[in-house]
Formats: sequence, C-alpha cells, structure tokens
Amino acid sequence: MPLLAYLGLGLFMFVTGSIGVVIRRNPVVVFMCIELMLNAVNLTFLAFARYAPSPLLLEKQPAWMAGQMAVIFVMAVAAAEVAVGLGIIMAIFRLKNKVDLDELSSMRG
Amino acid sequence: MDINQIPIPNVSPNLVIVSLFSLIAVVTGIGVVAFNNPIRSMLSLVANFFTLAFIYFSMGAEMMGIQQIVVYTGAIMVLFLFVIMLLNLSTDSLTMTRKFDVKPFLAVPVGLGVFALIASQILLPFKDTRTPSAPDATAVSVGWGSPQALGRALFTGYVWPFEIISLLLMVGIVGAILLARRRVEA
Repeated sequence: MPLLAYLGLGLFMFVTGSIGVVIRRNPVVVFMCIELMLNAVNLTFLAFARYAPSPLLLEKQPAWMAGQMAVIFVMAVAAAEVAVGLGIIMAIFRLKNKVDLDELSSMRG
Repeated sequence: MDINQIPIPNVSPNLVIVSLFSLIAVVTGIGVVAFNNPIRSMLSLVANFFTLAFIYFSMGAEMMGIQQIVVYTGAIMVLFLFVIMLLNLSTDSLTMTRKFDVKPFLAVPVGLGVFALIASQILLPFKDTRTPSAPDATAVSVGWGSPQALGRALFTGYVWPFEIISLLLMVGIVGAILLARRRVEA
C-alpha cells in the first residue's frame, strides 16, 4: 500500500474544503468545510506516523505515537472550535435574523 | 505473445479496500461543498468521516478510527445538526440560491490548479514509500495504533499537552454557553 494514496486523498480533501470555505455563504457549511480540512490533515498525520517514523522522540516515545497524539489534539481543538463557532453563529442569528456571510459585513473596515 | 509476459499489477486486498473507501470519501467530500441544502452537506460529511474511520482501521490505527466515529460523527456532527435545527431557517434562507454568483464556476479549475501545484511539489518525493515502518499487531504484541500504546504515550510523554487540552475544552464549554444563551432582561 503506497503512502502516496493516503497523501493524495488527504490533499484532495484539503483542497475541497478550502474551496468550500471560499465559495459557500452559509457559515454552518463553512464550518463543515473547515472540519473537512482538519480531517484531511488528520489523515496525513496518521499516514506519516505509519510510514515515515524517525528515531525515538520526546522521552523515548516511539516516533509513530507523535502523529497520533497530534491527531488527538487536533480533534480536541476542533471540538472546542466548533462549540464556540456555532455559539457565535447562533448569537449573530439572534441579533440579525440572517446568517448569509456575504451580508454580514459590519466588521468590514 | 506469451501469457507470462504480461505484467501483473501488484494488487493487494488492502489496496482494493482503501481505494473503494477513498472513492467514497472523495465523492462525499465533493458533496459537502456542492450540496445547496446544509443538512445534505452535513449527512455527506458524516459519510465522509465514517469512510475515513474505516481507512484508519485499515492502517492499523484502530483507536483513532474509533475516536473518529465517536468524537466526530457522534459529538461534533450532532452539534452541527442541533444548530441547523435550532436556527430553523426557512428553505429560502437555508439554501441561499437567490442571487447569481460567479465563484462556484471558478471553483473547479482553481481547485484542480491548487491540487496540481501542491501535489507536484510535495507528493513526488514520497512515490517510492510503500512499506509501513510502524509495527502492526501480531499474536504476541499490540500494534502501533492500539489503545494500550496510545494510552501509555498519552499519560507519560504527552501528559502536559493533554492537561492543556483539557483546559482548552473547559474554556470552550464556558465560551459556548456564554455566547449561545439568551440575554437576560436586566
């Protein structure tokens, strides 16, 4: 099983997510696209952890644990980010009664 | 021509399975961006996360696959679903198909261009890496992605990042409650 397959899939999902962040106007869908990008990065971390380890890292931990630890922390940060971000979206919706990103320009300088 | 001269491609069962799941992941990943209805996008993202979890299983990272299913599809996507239902948008404002926009038509060429650019720079050096070097599970020892190995690493070498993450999640909980609650009349 070549490493290239995992990396290619991860790259494709990352590009798809970043395009989605640019073209979508619903902030909930934009958050979903960010999740897609985070998962692409997780897949890349795990692929590298499995295929290309270096010698021991960080207090004699095996190097393939480093990628998995990064994935765990990415998941935790993503959970916190989604909770706060969706809270912000709900607060904006309550304030303005709309969530279209193109019309929310009150922070534009 | 002799039948033995035809080169037989080296196809392992793992390659077939991963290719199948990768195909599903690609289609559902496009679906997340392309569907107009956010609920359809969300369901397609759930399917994407599930196939990604199966890919993790096929790599031997079984704990990560289980976490992918439990944390992402179990917790985060349900949060998305709750917010979509709580916002209770009408179909018109939900799908947002009112005005013409040029960006979706540029998306495919720009995306393919970015993919080709990054792939040409990053993927090529790894084209010969085929054998995994992390240990798989055997009859006498656990694999590289087992809960045992993960827990040992998490609570020895990575214990400080782990504690900091717990603090971050605490801040996230409090912040989400603060942002999402209704304003109390003073």
